[in-house]
Amino acid sequence: MTRRIDWPAHIILSLGVALFVLPIWLVLSGSTLTAAEISRGELSLIPRLSGLGVYASVLRDGSPGAGPVWRMLLVSGAMALTIAVGKIVISILSAYAITFFRFPFRMAAFWTIFITLMLPVEVRIIPTYSVMSDLGLINTFPGMTIPLIASATATLLFRQTFLVVPDELVEAARMDGAGPWRFLKDILIPVSSSNLAALFVILFVYGWNQYLWPLLVATTPELDTIVIGIVKMIGTETATEWNRVMATAVLALLPPVAVVVSMQRWFVRGLTDGEK
Amino acid sequence: MATLILDDIRKSFGKTAVLHGVDLALHSGEMLVIVGASGCGKSTLLRLVAGLEEPTSGRILIDDTDVTNRDPSQRDIAMVFQNYALYPHMSVFDNMAYGLRIRKLSDAEIKRRVDEAAGLLELGHLLDRKPAQLSGGQRQRVAMGRAIVREPKLFLFDEPLSNLDATLRVTMRAEIRRLQRRMGVTSLYVTHDQVEAMTLGDRLLVLHKGVPVQLATPMEVFHRPANTYVAGFIGAPAMNLLAGKLAQGGRAVALEIGETIVFADGPRAGADGMALTIGIRPEHLRLADDGFTLPVDLVEPLGSETVVIGKLESGTLLTIKLAHSHVTDSFLRVRIPPEHLHVFDAGSGLRLEPGAG
Amino acid sequence: MERRTIFPGTWFPILLVLPQLALTAVFFLWPAGQAIWSSTTRADPFGENTFFVGLENFSDLFSDPLYIDSITRTLVFCAAVALLSMSVALLLAVCADREIRGRGWYRVMLIWPYAVAPAMAAVLWLLLMHPQVGLVGAWLNHSGIAWDYKLNDAQAMGMVIAASAWKQVSYNFIFFLAGLQSIPKAVIEAARMDGAKGWFRFRSVVLPLLMPTVFFLIVVNLVYAAFDTFGTIQALTQGGPGKATETLVVKVYRDGVVNLDIGASSAESVVLMIGVIALTAMQFRFLGKRGEK
Repeated sequence: MTRRIDWPAHIILSLGVALFVLPIWLVLSGSTLTAAEISRGELSLIPRLSGLGVYASVLRDGSPGAGPVWRMLLVSGAMALTIAVGKIVISILSAYAITFFRFPFRMAAFWTIFITLMLPVEVRIIPTYSVMSDLGLINTFPGMTIPLIASATATLLFRQTFLVVPDELVEAARMDGAGPWRFLKDILIPVSSSNLAALFVILFVYGWNQYLWPLLVATTPELDTIVIGIVKMIGTETATEWNRVMATAVLALLPPVAVVVSMQRWFVRGLTDGEK
Repeated sequence: MATLILDDIRKSFGKTAVLHGVDLALHSGEMLVIVGASGCGKSTLLRLVAGLEEPTSGRILIDDTDVTNRDPSQRDIAMVFQNYALYPHMSVFDNMAYGLRIRKLSDAEIKRRVDEAAGLLELGHLLDRKPAQLSGGQRQRVAMGRAIVREPKLFLFDEPLSNLDATLRVTMRAEIRRLQRRMGVTSLYVTHDQVEAMTLGDRLLVLHKGVPVQLATPMEVFHRPANTYVAGFIGAPAMNLLAGKLAQGGRAVALEIGETIVFADGPRAGADGMALTIGIRPEHLRLADDGFTLPVDLVEPLGSETVVIGKLESGTLLTIKLAHSHVTDSFLRVRIPPEHLHVFDAGSGLRLEPGAG
Repeated sequence: MERRTIFPGTWFPILLVLPQLALTAVFFLWPAGQAIWSSTTRADPFGENTFFVGLENFSDLFSDPLYIDSITRTLVFCAAVALLSMSVALLLAVCADREIRGRGWYRVMLIWPYAVAPAMAAVLWLLLMHPQVGLVGAWLNHSGIAWDYKLNDAQAMGMVIAASAWKQVSYNFIFFLAGLQSIPKAVIEAARMDGAKGWFRFRSVVLPLLMPTVFFLIVVNLVYAAFDTFGTIQALTQGGPGKATETLVVKVYRDGVVNLDIGASSAESVVLMIGVIALTAMQFRFLGKRGEK
């Protein structure tokens, strides 16, 4: 059987890939030019190898409007990790309590947590800000992360998984003498590991990509995330050093993309399975 | 190595009563098979003994100790689940070792027990594999291994063979029997498959809708079923059950299909005309030139024997199992031998013995 | 849905669920309550006294033509983003579902954009389309096309729609692909044997079976366009020029943080809350249907 090459599919898919790769590539190339060249509007498709020094420079010194990029990358990384890990831990505990036990007001607790799904941060910015202010958490790292840890997506996802754990597995563990804590630690969590991996990817990206909340909460440059830093660098566009902005943009994309690509299989499975 | 006593066990889920007073006493080393159709309560009974459910009333005693209120892990019992319930993320070794680790046995002791069980079950070369890498039969053996290493007082089997294909089932059945005999551990085995029941049990408990109907050895259950339910349940193809009336002063039965047969083992008590159900197994019906005519409806040649289903004018079906392998006639002449009759009261379904007054 | 096999104990699970409940109470319920309360108050011009005004803020909002404009704008924006993003994603998913070489590679290359932040998408588009320094934008202007989304309303709207849709394609692609792959091969083969070809087969067999995914994604995309695009719009146009790209969520920010009109901003937040609740409720209805295959 001869395989006819499916040209239409290949062309469309290649165009699709180009749609996403091209902007990144152009920005990468642009980052190796000088600011003057860019201001003159000189395009380039090939990155100039000699211009790669801008990356080291930008990591060290940043650009007018924002501090050193390495610090911003660190802040973003810490934020993404804290949010991912924090959310996972809290959600596992809550989902476990709600599915594997019965206690008074259990369903009330579930619905309370469920409500948080309906309240994305954009909808409650002002009042949440004033709460943070009252608690003295403005411009602190906990202030940037804690409000983003509480929402329900992860809890619901874990609940779905926990609901379908086979009854026999639980009974076998009980007969082996495992109590609820041991069961969680030794069996439930390992068995849910692919969900965990998927969630980690989703939450890490979510945490890294936050814009509105850190914008409000961080009032000193030390706490700028990389995303906010870049927008600041662009600033009013009068003194922007465009090549440095471009270099920073590339750097800002590397960690989340790396996480997604390396854990791609679990991520896709977790995203689509979890919605069932 | 332990005795098990169930004392008037009853269980209801909410308003639904599932078990209506089960009494049982297992001898040490005995394998008792609880058999019955789906929904008869046999799994519930097993889970009560396991401690996974609590009885609504009644007591459970293992080695004369009342364990009715004890947690499963404190009854010194081990269970083999229908779907094996292996921990998917642990190796075979760890699956078997888990319960021992929780009980804080020494590593050396754990290794000794696991290796010994692995040897018995031929799992030695699979100890590092995960359940997903094993076949159904291998997983089943790991499930048994997990129970064996616990060295418990009691083994509980919850339909462990129902997920295996037919050939594997036959092999595993023999292995379970061999193992249980060798280890001599008192065992409770639940199944809906009457062949498993007959081959594995030292004694059988037939459950029907939560009520224990007969507790006896397999041969006893086969040859002298206590009621029409047991009669129809044990033995394949199922026993033929025909309606009839007591006649000739209790010495014979007038079958609805027209034949009258004199009892070979003695008269039954009761007035003429009393409604009876007569049982005759398909393998006991005989071809005879002086028998009644049975139109053939369906012939099932099985190779070693032939099953013929005949349909009488009244619509009653009669199943015959013949040793001949070639049946082409459109009707057979059939005789019901009186020495193989089973007599039951039509109303209660209970077996009627001769002479009972 | 409940579990049959559970563990005994009351205090243990209560302890486990407490952290999330505490966080929920402090960072969701309390602020939401405050927002509802503030939406019924107004401050005097000096910001010293606030007094209860009932639903006046709401009636003011809905009689304010600028707010109505904002609503219309948001609806147009959401529809455009959802439509654009989903159609591109569906096309790509259909192609990626076919038996072609390098399938796996194409998929990875279309999945990684999920990692791009909404604000980053804006930055990337900005870096490309900026009228003076944007690699494509500058070229457009040099070629004689008047391109400046900072001045032209329609161009600004087009930009934010494009950037927002661009970012969302990856997410939709993942779900469409999964949806296509969950259609049993036997069904497609039966259609082929019945003689259904190409577009006709797609329309009559594939699309109907994909509907649960489509509905689910419509809702998700609408929520995304309404809320998660804040970063994109803010980074690109800040809602401008003027109010050309001021969607509801941008307006909440502007009124609350920039103009410090807490009453109005809170009222707008409450309206948005109601909108989200309605949309999320729908999302879960469709979520259930997606699971039933």
